[in-house]
Amino acid sequence: MARTPRELAGARPDPAFEITLDGRPVTALPGQSVAAALWAAGILSWRTTREGGRPRGAFCGIGQCYECLAVINGVPNRRACLVPAGAGDAVTTQEGHGHAGLGV
Amino acid sequence: MGMRDLASESAGFDNAPAGCGGDGAGPVGDVGNGAQVVPGRPDRLGSAAEAQSDPSGAEVRPADGDEPYDLAVVGAGPAGLAGAVTGAELGLRVALLDLSDRIGGQFYRQPAAALRATHPERLHHDWEAFADLRRRLEASGVAHLAGHHVWTVERVEGGAEWAVHAVTGADGGEERPVRVRARAVLLATGAYERQLPFPGWTLPGVVGAGGAQAMLKGGLVLPGKRVVVAGSGPLLLAVASSLAEAGAEVPAVIEASGYLGYARRPRALAANPHKLAEAVTHGAVLLRHRVALRTRSAVTEVHGAERVEAVTVARLDEQWRPLPGTGRRIACDALAVGHGLIPGIELATTLGCATRRTPDGARALVLDARQETSVRGLWAAGEPGGIGGAQLARTEGELAARAVAARLGRNPGPGGRVRQLKSRRTRLRTFAEAMATTHAPGPGWTGWLSDDTEVCRCEEVSAGRVREAVQDYGARDARTVKLLTRAGMGWCQGRTCGAAVSCLSGDPEPPSERRPFTTPVPLGVLAALPPTPPLPETHRG
Repeated sequence: MARTPRELAGARPDPAFEITLDGRPVTALPGQSVAAALWAAGILSWRTTREGGRPRGAFCGIGQCYECLAVINGVPNRRACLVPAGAGDAVTTQEGHGHAGLGV
Repeated sequence: MGMRDLASESAGFDNAPAGCGGDGAGPVGDVGNGAQVVPGRPDRLGSAAEAQSDPSGAEVRPADGDEPYDLAVVGAGPAGLAGAVTGAELGLRVALLDLSDRIGGQFYRQPAAALRATHPERLHHDWEAFADLRRRLEASGVAHLAGHHVWTVERVEGGAEWAVHAVTGADGGEERPVRVRARAVLLATGAYERQLPFPGWTLPGVVGAGGAQAMLKGGLVLPGKRVVVAGSGPLLLAVASSLAEAGAEVPAVIEASGYLGYARRPRALAANPHKLAEAVTHGAVLLRHRVALRTRSAVTEVHGAERVEAVTVARLDEQWRPLPGTGRRIACDALAVGHGLIPGIELATTLGCATRRTPDGARALVLDARQETSVRGLWAAGEPGGIGGAQLARTEGELAARAVAARLGRNPGPGGRVRQLKSRRTRLRTFAEAMATTHAPGPGWTGWLSDDTEVCRCEEVSAGRVREAVQDYGARDARTVKLLTRAGMGWCQGRTCGAAVSCLSGDPEPPSERRPFTTPVPLGVLAALPPTPPLPETHRG
């Protein structure tokens, strides 16, 4: 029984749209969070830690752990598990504290 | 339930310091992972729900004037919904603040509206109870403030009223601060997952069990194709059956406790047959999907270079000490892990509310027979009073709203109904305590840590550094460990590592910290706050 979550829930969303992660196109469904869209594409990490530079992604899924922080449309430290994906959103891997590109 | 033997091969464990853990014993309930407060577009429901917001976005108040709300409810999960609709049905003016854009909290988390799910109930248990609350909310005058992340609650007007402060937006980033004044506050802030670290748990593909379920319910996605579910507590069975129904292959559920503890408390189980029925439902699903259930076992290591490729599962003794030579690898591309739930009580402890230690070593609010905290005018319902599941949360939410009505001089409804609710609460709380005792972390879990296992994910503090703080610098509690190592000082404010750090420090008391901010608040929001006159001595927490 090769069922998908969409089939199980009987989802009938409007057509999918595109966002990007570090310039690479990722398909998102209307309503999905940025983290959900990335998971759907098989992507599990979009941040590197401040000290060890290790990869991280969504962990708690409910906005409590802050592991899923990403740079979204130039704004760092957004919780990707809470922020809905929007057509054309540019998501960038957050490196360290996320302010490197901002000159602060 | 089918059991496979996963034993063999060594994993090499050392001694486990004592320190935490519970009083030990048994099965399966509808533990919701609760609601949590957050985000902002006032999504008003019903005709009387025309809350006003002044142009600066500062204060939300009822449409008919300058008066405060009678009741502000924080959290729109089962407890908050029951409290809000009951309050409104008793004639109270109610504001319901919640971080999500849709009601339901974590247990009844709905797929995003734009996904247009025609069968959301297939992702849930006991959906009909939620549908009832949703219908009643839509028919009520409750002002539903969606997307509101409450960051603090304070007394104002000389102690006669409360001000509930929130930041708004999907992740609280919109910087439009909101203040809601109310005569009474009901905290229905749910719970979050307890995590115990193990080697490799920071590898991408390791996700919270509740997190996997939240992402599935809300975004209709899975973390992988072959997902091991591990940890402890009845939530694991619910998560495993959800993942399997949604198309994931689940090779095994790894439960650190046994289920015998429930059998040692036959009365708790006999009085709650619905809990058994629920376990049987999950069990049937797991059987149909050929999911193996391994009790007295734990994932003690995760393998993989860039992401999860396999896990090692080892048997545990009664104290959760890994048994040498029992490790066995299971190939998988994701691991969903959690060790029960921890009450979300930060808003209350910051106000000085009394707490108690639960049988599984967490901290919950002390509540009186009518759900009031030790701080007058502040009520709580559901998980903040101790993890007990959605049915208990609904019961307590209704009880609290009736108590608030009585306090404000309104008719709280028939006495028979209150007696019925209290009796149900007692029965469900008895079960909840048995559940907490059964799945309480054993002190031996620290035996699967290596010195380089990260304990605090935010600040990247290893178990070795925490042990050094304890053994070499004499730290005896989580707070001292934090000051020495920064463990618990990062973005999540110790929510993720707090339980583990507390255990490692040998402190028998669970951490209880006052946090003036329960969610990040922009400096501009703080700068814009009006000055607050000092309170009379009698109202100081």
